[in-house]
Amino acid sequence: MSVLVFVEIDNGSIKKTSFEAIAYGAEVAKLTGETATVLVLGKADLTELAKAGHYGATKVLHASDEKLTQENGMAYADSLVQAAQQEGSKVIIISKSGLGDAMAARAAAKLKAGIVSGVTSLPDLSESFKVTRSIFSGKAFATTEIKSDLKILVIRKNIIEVDESSITSTEAQIEPFTPVLRDSDFKSAIDKIEKASSEISLTEADIIVSGGRGMKGPENWQPLLDLASALGAATGCSKPVSDLDWRPHHEHIGQTGIKVAPNLYIACGISGAIQHLAGVNGSKCIVVINKDPEAPFFKAADYGIVGDVFEILPKLTQAVKNLR
Amino acid sequence: MKILVCITNVPDTTAKITFTDNDSKLNKNGIQHIIGPYDDYALARGVELKEQFGGTVTVLHVGEADADPQIRKALAIGADDAIRVNYNPLDSYDTAIQIARIAEQNTYDLILMGRESIDYNSGVVHGLVGEMLGIPSYSPVMKLDIDGDTVKIAREIDGGKEHLTASLPLVLGCQEPISEWKIPNMRGIMTAKSKPLVVVEPVTIDEMTIPEKYSLPAPKGACKMIPASEAETLIKLLQTEAKVL
Ligand SMILES: Cc1cc2nc3c(=O)[nH]c(=O)nc-3n(C[C@H](O)[C@H](O)[C@H](O)COP(=O)(O)OP(=O)(O)OC[C@H]3O[C@@H](n4cnc5c(N)ncnc54)[C@H](O)[C@@H]3O)c2cc1C
Repeated sequence: MSVLVFVEIDNGSIKKTSFEAIAYGAEVAKLTGETATVLVLGKADLTELAKAGHYGATKVLHASDEKLTQENGMAYADSLVQAAQQEGSKVIIISKSGLGDAMAARAAAKLKAGIVSGVTSLPDLSESFKVTRSIFSGKAFATTEIKSDLKILVIRKNIIEVDESSITSTEAQIEPFTPVLRDSDFKSAIDKIEKASSEISLTEADIIVSGGRGMKGPENWQPLLDLASALGAATGCSKPVSDLDWRPHHEHIGQTGIKVAPNLYIACGISGAIQHLAGVNGSKCIVVINKDPEAPFFKAADYGIVGDVFEILPKLTQAVKNLR
Repeated sequence: MKILVCITNVPDTTAKITFTDNDSKLNKNGIQHIIGPYDDYALARGVELKEQFGGTVTVLHVGEADADPQIRKALAIGADDAIRVNYNPLDSYDTAIQIARIAEQNTYDLILMGRESIDYNSGVVHGLVGEMLGIPSYSPVMKLDIDGDTVKIAREIDGGKEHLTASLPLVLGCQEPISEWKIPNMRGIMTAKSKPLVVVEPVTIDEMTIPEKYSLPAPKGACKMIPASEAETLIKLLQTEAKVL
């Protein structure tokens, strides 16, 4: 019996958000008195995979089939189901992302499992199996009981504190895993992937520096990029900014864009409309820079500066550089 | 081409959310409901494809009669007819079962819906429906073009876009900029009144999840203001006080 954690891979190594999923899985396994097994699909570096053990997993199932190297919700769901059946898993844990939702959904339908997406807490097992999840774009929470025998949890980022002192040097045991793949899952052909490989991904980032219409135009983005680079941060934007093509669509944050949950979100010249807040309210600390003292974003912020972004951004960049 | 567009009926994006009945129900008092913003994109693209290739667009909603004005709006935007499964679904799985049953009875070439509803934000109904019907599902889809048997899709992935060639039938979760939202015109509003809206009863399923209780996030503490002339002190505070650097 085990708790099964699906882990995403980036350049052969486990993604940061996935380490969190492993730590979460290990906690759930403690609660249910089982062990945590990790599933990895596609080519990966075995020494990197063994690091799943540092976060509490005992075993890694690794399907190295070349065909699985490219993200494929359907084949991934098939593989996940077969791994869960092999391991007799009762709880499956996946990080929330486009891929996470897609494969969790298809796996739930195959396994007739109760699925809860957007989970924000460890399960409460005191009476039954209950988890809390984020609803109404972060404006509320729902505590939900999962009644089915098999349970699938799609978890949000930053919901458990990975205690650095609990990270061990224990390595997970790696076992090859060979799921039966169906041709029908590979009928659609991937023609092209456009990916800005040098960028830090928004969903993975610990720090995000984001700009709104107050940045006035795409030619003015450099001061924001400079601060992001000094902080090692990802960059984001509000919806009008991507609608106007000042920045690429995959930087668009909010209710109709990407939902992020970094440790630090710095909003530059963004008014803080409710639809933008819906994408950032999972952030641990929010800094707002806006020349309008009445900008609604200040109500959601932890730190605020009323002033011109073009004067303030270079000062912040310099202060970060002085720090290092 | 036969297209099914699934829509949700959700509180307006600016709605203040509160709960009643000992925090077990959404307080609908004073809340205006709208078609889910992502579903609006799906509907707009569905109507364009119908205009391009002919065929029909059917709108499907799983929910109670209070959604009928939103269904009529979808008809006014250009859908031909509508089905409402008369039932308040338990969760995403339940919603998907109801949709899949309607799809099995009618065989559609394309099933479009938003990438997620903005009330429960689960983002899993398209995947569930796809698997229940045994056909591929993709989300979030930002571009959809059809040429004969070939379907070209672009969907957002972490930090970029993936371009795919697929074939029908498909289930797609849509988001911008797949199309521009459409506003009904007078003629649309008039003709919508006479378009068929069929109400059907649900299939019953085993309860898998039960929402127990709702809650609101803890109120945010006051924002600490830093004078613009001392902007650099922010970085120190982020390091020593907030401990996020
Ligand atoms: C259904 C729906 C969904 C939506 N989804 C999203 C979404 O996902 N994400 C999103 O962001 N929006 C979304 N929106 C749009 C949202 O309502 C706002 O219009 C948008 O967030 C505003 O972007 P902004 O703050 O960049 O621009 P504005 O509202 O124009 O604000 C610009 C701000 O910059 C400040 N400013 C100007 N110059 C300076 C300067 N030199 N220095 C400092 N500050 C300056 C101004 O004071 C102002 O507060 C949605 C809207 C709808 C209706």
